[in-house]
Amino acid sequence: MSRAPAAADAAGPPDAADPAAEQDTQAALGPDPRAAYREALLTLAAADPRVICLDSDTGGLENTFGERFPERYINVGIAEANLMTVAAGLARRGFIPYVHTMAAFATMRAGEFLKLDVVGNRLPVRVIATHGGVSAAHFGTSHFALEDLAVTRVLADLAVVVPGDARQIGAAVSQLHELPGPGYLRLGRSATPAPPGPAPGLLLGRARVLREGADVTLVAAGPLPLLFALEAAEVLAGDGIGAQVLDLHTLHPVDRDGLLAGCRGRAGVVTVEEHRPQGGLGDAVAEVVSAELAVPLLRVAVRGRPGTRVADQRTALEAHGVSTGAVVDAARGLLARAP
Amino acid sequence: MAVATTGPSHPPPRPHAPVDTDSPARKDRAPAPSAASMAQRIRQDVIRMAGGPEGAHVGGSLSCADLVAVLYAELLRPGDSFVLSKGHAAPALYSALAQLGLIPADELDGYARPGSRLFGHPPYDLPGVDFATGSLGHGLGLSVGLALAERLRGGDRHVYTLLGDGELQEGSVWEAALLAGHRGLPGLVAAVDRNGLQITGATEDCVALEPLDAKFAAFGWQVRGVDGHDLPALREALRPSPSGPVAVIARTVKGRGVPFLERRVAGHYAKLKPALVRRALAALGRLATDGAS
Repeated sequence: MSRAPAAADAAGPPDAADPAAEQDTQAALGPDPRAAYREALLTLAAADPRVICLDSDTGGLENTFGERFPERYINVGIAEANLMTVAAGLARRGFIPYVHTMAAFATMRAGEFLKLDVVGNRLPVRVIATHGGVSAAHFGTSHFALEDLAVTRVLADLAVVVPGDARQIGAAVSQLHELPGPGYLRLGRSATPAPPGPAPGLLLGRARVLREGADVTLVAAGPLPLLFALEAAEVLAGDGIGAQVLDLHTLHPVDRDGLLAGCRGRAGVVTVEEHRPQGGLGDAVAEVVSAELAVPLLRVAVRGRPGTRVADQRTALEAHGVSTGAVVDAARGLLARAP
Repeated sequence: MAVATTGPSHPPPRPHAPVDTDSPARKDRAPAPSAASMAQRIRQDVIRMAGGPEGAHVGGSLSCADLVAVLYAELLRPGDSFVLSKGHAAPALYSALAQLGLIPADELDGYARPGSRLFGHPPYDLPGVDFATGSLGHGLGLSVGLALAERLRGGDRHVYTLLGDGELQEGSVWEAALLAGHRGLPGLVAAVDRNGLQITGATEDCVALEPLDAKFAAFGWQVRGVDGHDLPALREALRPSPSGPVAVIARTVKGRGVPFLERRVAGHYAKLKPALVRRALAALGRLATDGAS
């Protein structure tokens, strides 16, 4: 079979057997989140002998951390409750355990063990929760985490961080490491498209201002919600609407001052998240803003029942209410009702 | 950094090297009583707490009194740990802590009363208590974490935990047991207060646990059965092993020492009226003079 010309290759579906084609697709994507995380963890472990890698047979740590620091790699097996309790025991004796599982299992299956043993004791355990949101894609509903931010945000002493994109993970990990108490880091499963524009540095506890605008505020957390917010801001700019875009990567504790400054004087706030509309980013923003400002707030969040038809992460989100168009519509709606 | 200033209040970071300042075994504070006198005092304190306004988990606190006394009076060395996985036996633990001077003795009078630190289950931040417990199925995993830390430190501090028998119906116990057996953790001792009863009746009628020794053995543990009210035998059975985790199945009597509570399902939790407190204390006096403990 004769090969199509190179130009057609680039436009068509990627050919996994063709390294050049693979590279082309990857170019649009940011770094792989789990690889970026592992790199950050290895750097920490080399510098700090208190770092312990606790694995629940997730795959990818045994042949990286496990080979480099075998004494400090402990695979507890497929046992997420025990993952949390064992981490609490290690932390009580001065170690800093990094525990690894998926967001769905960290918060719901092992939720009570996280609450009582780790957070209740205010122990410096870092929960690294991958497969956040619908990033598990074809793995299906059991592996989706659309409630984890609601669960973790109410655990009062737990820092909750959702890096905006994979370029922020290294900074998030190294800053989380310095916290005296527990932390929760929500990551996706796979690389996501790199957001346009520069990537200002991440400072935990401080909202990042990604775009200035005086008419409406878009607050997002996580790679695809941020991408949608930035794309929506571009569309709105075409209408002459200025959108302020904030990355609220730290959901607990929330940057109250940064949030109020970014929302004050605008016609309203649109929150964008890869989570249910209850308990997540939208509520975190509303809790702060509603106490101080008379601005309406609309939540762009996951509605309905994703996981009935196989879809990639972005398609699944777009089919369940989280998309650039949904953000644009919400912002326009807010402006239409503004006095 | 930003999150630290606006964030949740945390205790100061622990020093770089693992430390043991929270160890329950700081026997330097008060001279340790003998196991027999400590056990008797635990039973008396438990009865008094059950006579308080809220009552107490009296049956399961009495069944483990001898075991807790042997641990605190004879086995726990400075730096060793004890995790009360069956947190509802808190009255027995509080009495031992008070007898060692880790909490003031008169604090026991406040048990479950407004303003007291002494909840029905061990709270956070009580001296001598590493972990708040009460939700069953947590203590063994916590102890496995402590034992793993000890192995990483290259030390020989021992970790003891006490589980209820009904508690073994929690699946998380077996996650932890599997890991401890697989890792062959030395210095770890899990005692089971095998009093045979839970809230609705006999464990074997609810969800059967036997053969319990075979279960732990199959998970890679050394298993020792013992009369949970025979102090010298307990002392031997509870000794840690350098070669792996040890499960001690301590055969006990729920409500031990108080005839109207012994082996009674209703004695799981009781609020004792003054007359019953007097009867119970008198019965405990006979237990001591008979030398049965």
